[in-house]
Amino acid sequence: MAAEPHHLLRNLVLFGRVLRGLGLDVNPGRMMDLVQALSYVEVGLRSDFYHAARSLLVHQRDDIPLFDQAFEMFWQKPLGEWKLSEIRGRRMRRTTLKPLVVPPLESESPGAELPDDAQERPVIEVTKTYSVREVLRRRDFSELTEDEIQEVRELIADLVWRLGERITRRHRVGEGRRLDLRRTLRQSLHHGGEVLSFARRKPRRKTRPLVVIADISGSMERYTRLLLHFSYSLTQGLGQRVEAFAFGTRLTRLSRHMRDRDVERALSGVSSAVTDWSGGTRIGDCLHTFNYDWARRVLSGGAIVLLISDGWDRGDPEVLGKEMDRLRRSCHRLVWLNPLLGSPEYEPLTRGMQAALPHVDNFLPVHNLKSLEDLAQHLEKLNRR
Amino acid sequence: MTIGSIEALQAELREKLYIADRGLATAIYLALKLERPLFLEGEAGVGKTEIAKVLTEILDTELIRLQCYEGLDVNQAVYEWNYTRQMMHIRLAESRGEKLEEKDLFGPDFLLERPLLKAIDPSAKKAPVLLIDEVDRSDEEFEAYLLEVLSDFQITIPEIGTIRAKKRPLVIVTSNRTREVHDALKRRCLYFWIDYPTFQKELEIVRAKLPHASEKLSNQVTRFVQELREMELYKVPGVAETLDWVSALVALDKESLDESVVEETLGALLKYRDDIDKLRDGGARAVLERVQAAG
Repeated sequence: MAAEPHHLLRNLVLFGRVLRGLGLDVNPGRMMDLVQALSYVEVGLRSDFYHAARSLLVHQRDDIPLFDQAFEMFWQKPLGEWKLSEIRGRRMRRTTLKPLVVPPLESESPGAELPDDAQERPVIEVTKTYSVREVLRRRDFSELTEDEIQEVRELIADLVWRLGERITRRHRVGEGRRLDLRRTLRQSLHHGGEVLSFARRKPRRKTRPLVVIADISGSMERYTRLLLHFSYSLTQGLGQRVEAFAFGTRLTRLSRHMRDRDVERALSGVSSAVTDWSGGTRIGDCLHTFNYDWARRVLSGGAIVLLISDGWDRGDPEVLGKEMDRLRRSCHRLVWLNPLLGSPEYEPLTRGMQAALPHVDNFLPVHNLKSLEDLAQHLEKLNRR
Repeated sequence: MTIGSIEALQAELREKLYIADRGLATAIYLALKLERPLFLEGEAGVGKTEIAKVLTEILDTELIRLQCYEGLDVNQAVYEWNYTRQMMHIRLAESRGEKLEEKDLFGPDFLLERPLLKAIDPSAKKAPVLLIDEVDRSDEEFEAYLLEVLSDFQITIPEIGTIRAKKRPLVIVTSNRTREVHDALKRRCLYFWIDYPTFQKELEIVRAKLPHASEKLSNQVTRFVQELREMELYKVPGVAETLDWVSALVALDKESLDESVVEETLGALLKYRDDIDKLRDGGARAVLERVQAAG
């Protein structure tokens, strides 16, 4: 390879393209670094070349397998007679690898198409009377017609989310307890070095991170769609501070999709990421996965966890109890949202609910718009501990 | 000293009892050559911090360590004025009837250097190794500041001016991944994920670090730990724990593992009650059997 610098360079550029196509963050600057780096390693030695390229082009562990595949695939051709068309062909791999599964959108009226044009909305908005809205606010999500769902979706998007705050260890100027010696001294210089008053600093506050873990199993089907919207508007309203997960028989992280600015793209991303729509429920096992793989990464900074489920569980209640206990100990507040709690005759008697309830800080309904508004208020009040 | 090749670096590391595989050695070598920070990620106890210490020895220079924590601010990480000294100075000047100006109080004499400033000291003879440990524990505000320092290796102090490194320090940033560090920071660096070592490599590490442990013990312990890493534990033991455990067993004059010894000394290895419970009541025996079966 070294004898053919032009070929190498050309191949590098193509390789960069392949990686970019796979969704890796590779820009020309990085490629320049790589070219520079290659002057220090034996390019003929495949492993050195590999590690040089990897340490410069990959900066997330999750991307390493992807890089490996691309590397394997690309450099197997000796002097890389790659045609542009072949490269382009690889481009969509990451997105099309997973089979497209459609979420349970139209459960009651399969024929109804969703017109998603927001332009027409304002007109309706103006003519709406207070009482119609009030009825809508209190109607159970599972009883909504297609039109109403659409309306509720928009009302959900309008909800203002403010999370409780926590005190950080960072300080700023203010009337707090901590002395600000730097400012005190500076002020004293105006009086010939005489300290007349002490400047102080007070702790800064920060919004707590929020983690939403939503049940998307069969028994939740009638609520899933709006609850996903709810997660989406939470993510959009609160930005980076929200992590979203879905579970049925296995746990899927949705945060990346939920951050998409385009609702439809976000939700279709979610629908292809989740592979166990409307199946059974194994809450305990899914929480186990969460506790082991994610808790340490997403619960730091005193997070609030919203667990949305009806509590119908086919798993082992003992596992559920244990994992709930662990989860509660690793977050600030654990709130269980149950859509069934909206009905007056509901009692949390299922084995799953029985096992989980002792470990929950708050047990709240989530069946209509009113309950979401109440939740928003509740979260806001979860202040300062 | 200068290091001429990846092999030479690997050999130097080995001499200092650090067993690095080729990938890690390549990343370090490039960090040295390209004068880029090296971002090391991996589970706790795989030797991320250790590498900085060993490199300090190899390069025969100074190690400057910045342990990160939430709320770490400029006063702790970069510089702070020595207020008591300034006050004293004011009083002394007063008693002598001198008139003080601001620049008399905010000069290098009154500056307390914290790790980041120390690392770019232009008067240093040799570029130091700067270890920014567990950056995932700090907060976004500090990350943003770090980004600035790591791109230009210069720090501006309003009262004094801009201080710039003559020679760039070798920067090692470590993270346990308790949260994702921002991409912008990682992009400035060479990235390497340190995995748990293979059986062979871990055995090599144990032998190098604890040569007085019996061959049988080292072998068994290493296998035992490797087996544990296959189990579902809340916190899997790292290499540091393996070494601790061997030391503990050597201190107890053990030449090999048996069930009761394992149960008594498990605390050196596992730090969560759930995990320890898994090895109680026959759990340890099952693992031991697998260890013995493997030879």
